[in-house]
Amino acid sequence: MADLLKLATAGSVDDGKSTLVGRLLYDTKSVLADQMEAVERATVGGGDPDLSLLVDGLRSEREQGITIDVAYRYFATPRRSFVLADTPGHVQYTRNTVTGASTAQLAVLLVDARTGVVEQTRRHVAVMGLLRVPRLVLAVNKMDLVDFDENTYWRIAKEFTGLTDALGYAEDAVVAIPLSAKKGDNVVLASPNTPWYEGPTLLEHLESVPVEGADHDAPFRFPVQYVVRPRTESHPDYRGYAGLVAAGTVRVGDEVEVLPDGLRTRVEGIDTADGELEAAHDGQSVVLRLADDLGIARGAELAAPGAPEPVTEFDATLAWLHEKPLRPGARLLLKHGTRTVQAIVGAVTHRLDTEDLSVVEDPGELGINAMGQVSLTVSEPLPLDRYDDVAATGSFLLIDAQAGDTLAAGLVGRPLVARPLEVH
Amino acid sequence: MTATEPVTSIDQLSALESEAIHVMREVAGEFDRPVILFSGGKDSMLLVHLAAKAFWPAPIPFPVLHVDTGHNFDEVIEFRDRVVARYGLQLEVARVQDYIDDGRLTERADGTRNPLQTTPLLDAIAEHRHDAVFGGGRRDEERARAKERVFSLRTAFGQWEPSRQRPELWNLYNGRHKPGEHVRVFPLSNFTELDVWRYIAREGVELPSIYYAHTREVFSRDGMWLTSGPWGGPRDGEEVVTKTVRYRTVGDGSCTGAVESTAETLDEVLAEVRESRLTERGATRADDRLSEAAMEDRKREGYF
Ligand SMILES: Nc1nc2c(ncn2[C@@H]2O[C@H](COP(=O)(O)OP(=O)(O)OP(=O)(O)O)[C@@H](O)[C@H]2O)c(=O)[nH]1
Ligand SMILES: [Mg+2]
Repeated sequence: MADLLKLATAGSVDDGKSTLVGRLLYDTKSVLADQMEAVERATVGGGDPDLSLLVDGLRSEREQGITIDVAYRYFATPRRSFVLADTPGHVQYTRNTVTGASTAQLAVLLVDARTGVVEQTRRHVAVMGLLRVPRLVLAVNKMDLVDFDENTYWRIAKEFTGLTDALGYAEDAVVAIPLSAKKGDNVVLASPNTPWYEGPTLLEHLESVPVEGADHDAPFRFPVQYVVRPRTESHPDYRGYAGLVAAGTVRVGDEVEVLPDGLRTRVEGIDTADGELEAAHDGQSVVLRLADDLGIARGAELAAPGAPEPVTEFDATLAWLHEKPLRPGARLLLKHGTRTVQAIVGAVTHRLDTEDLSVVEDPGELGINAMGQVSLTVSEPLPLDRYDDVAATGSFLLIDAQAGDTLAAGLVGRPLVARPLEVH
Repeated sequence: MTATEPVTSIDQLSALESEAIHVMREVAGEFDRPVILFSGGKDSMLLVHLAAKAFWPAPIPFPVLHVDTGHNFDEVIEFRDRVVARYGLQLEVARVQDYIDDGRLTERADGTRNPLQTTPLLDAIAEHRHDAVFGGGRRDEERARAKERVFSLRTAFGQWEPSRQRPELWNLYNGRHKPGEHVRVFPLSNFTELDVWRYIAREGVELPSIYYAHTREVFSRDGMWLTSGPWGGPRDGEEVVTKTVRYRTVGDGSCTGAVESTAETLDEVLAEVRESRLTERGATRADDRLSEAAMEDRKREGYF
């Protein structure tokens, strides 16, 4: 069966992300007739249909000619299925870019060949680096507007790889493709205008790039979502713990630790509505039956023995997504796995400068779209992993207790490792 | 119960199923009064099927709510009642007809009632104090739906404000809302129409018979095959013909079109969906064609 690749677009406003997504859909014949008619009707001034309208689905997006919110599109070729998140380039909507990137296995970063790498490109690459999006594609777009000039392509590719290198990306995790989203060059069909380019088209690359599959050998993590207690005639005494395996593998008979309490028990059975399983892997929703009744409720985490000791104080990196800046002393809610606790922000210790990727010490606060490091204290011990070790249980949300808004994406530990760039 | 072979890697349908189940369990864990919107259509039937699997061996812990336009297909109402009985569900019905009868709503000139569903829906949500409302919406249905979150916050007026949607990171859902507000939840967000049919086939999910080819007297309006019913019939000059058709979506009878089809079995429907050159809404819903932003406008008003 064909496998699945989840990807997100990124890059500065107007660099051509939505047009590229539209082009991918169009050239892979994934656009149905009535969708295309709608685009033709909406294209201003006639001429070639504006393919960005396939994804810019909100009225205000069409009026302003920009993307505001993430659009999720699905398409498939005989070789692979794709889930595509088209994200906005405008700095005001960076939170939506972070949304699209948080589940992506690959990001396509667009750069306008005429302007090259700009601050927003650096910000987005830093977001991808922070979230550990495993693979990047640099799409040097609008090559038609620079006469498909080879030197322009190489200059941008070199500057870009300097950036990804500084953010810790290995050379083979980044591929640069010269293309024109509007005209279609090197998107699905190889371009006659770039004889000097010998690499794959974007689609060829997306179809063949290795997908980082689930790591079944990671340590087992299972936040308990819900306790299933039917108390029905057929199941009077049944008690099972429902959840999604967040990491690793669990087998019948395994010993597990109940966090944050640290008690131990054994997995007696793995249930699904389709029958019992011998083992379950990350990404699977199951119900676990345990050998002992330890009073486990929603919010507990079942883990392989040897998980890090639950803590109430820790350092984390944040992508701050709210207009209201974060200042030391702020009282917030923190959602980790299936548990929500109170949190107090100690110090804001570092902020990443997206101009040159240098780290600013003691910035005092984090403004909207800033990435930085903070120290946090929480009201109850949390079973945290470092984001780099186990992303699913190394990530959390910060939430405004009154308004309910999501304020930040949090990553446990200090994954913000950038080597400052030499700015020219 | 029988032990099955250990699974090594899960296929896409199983991954979609696990994701939907995860979403439903989050809602059960974090909300006080969730409800499933259940019309008897295929997407809402999938919600019920997935809810049954999510909480097995316990019964589904949510009631279901049907917003009844009064323009129903008999087969669908019969099916709805059978499903409710089979799963032991509590059924709430919000009737557009009641609103028309006592003057709170006025019948539209074109006779379609889909746009009239919003008020009874919001009133039912308020009356039962539902804080989470499951819908069967999918992102592949339409451009405005492609912008939808899994957890979609609605104001006390049920309104969807796209610019106010929260960032939705990883699979950590934020369901916090103020009193009077509620959250629409879309567990099928990442299913495509083809995934839905493949999943229905894999799971042996029963659907109303009108999803499969049958002969029916129809007439053509706005390029769609409509059928006569309590909502009225052909106007002058609209000729009634007998065709072999099926429905790709089930909604208000006055504006849901049938498609010509000979697909009588699941396999045949699957083959047809694979080959289709039209989206299911483009093929069958007059109301979505009203304007460039028809769906967005209705979502903003509090429609599904
Ligand atoms: N000549 C040329 N124009 C392009 C190309 N790609 C995109 N454009 C144009 O650039 C403009 C912006 O394109 P979009 O696709 O909306 O850009 P975007 O990156 O999605 O913008 P935001 O989502 O708002 O950040 C449109 O006028 C496109 O037609 C290209 O390859 N060549
Ligand atoms: Mg765009």
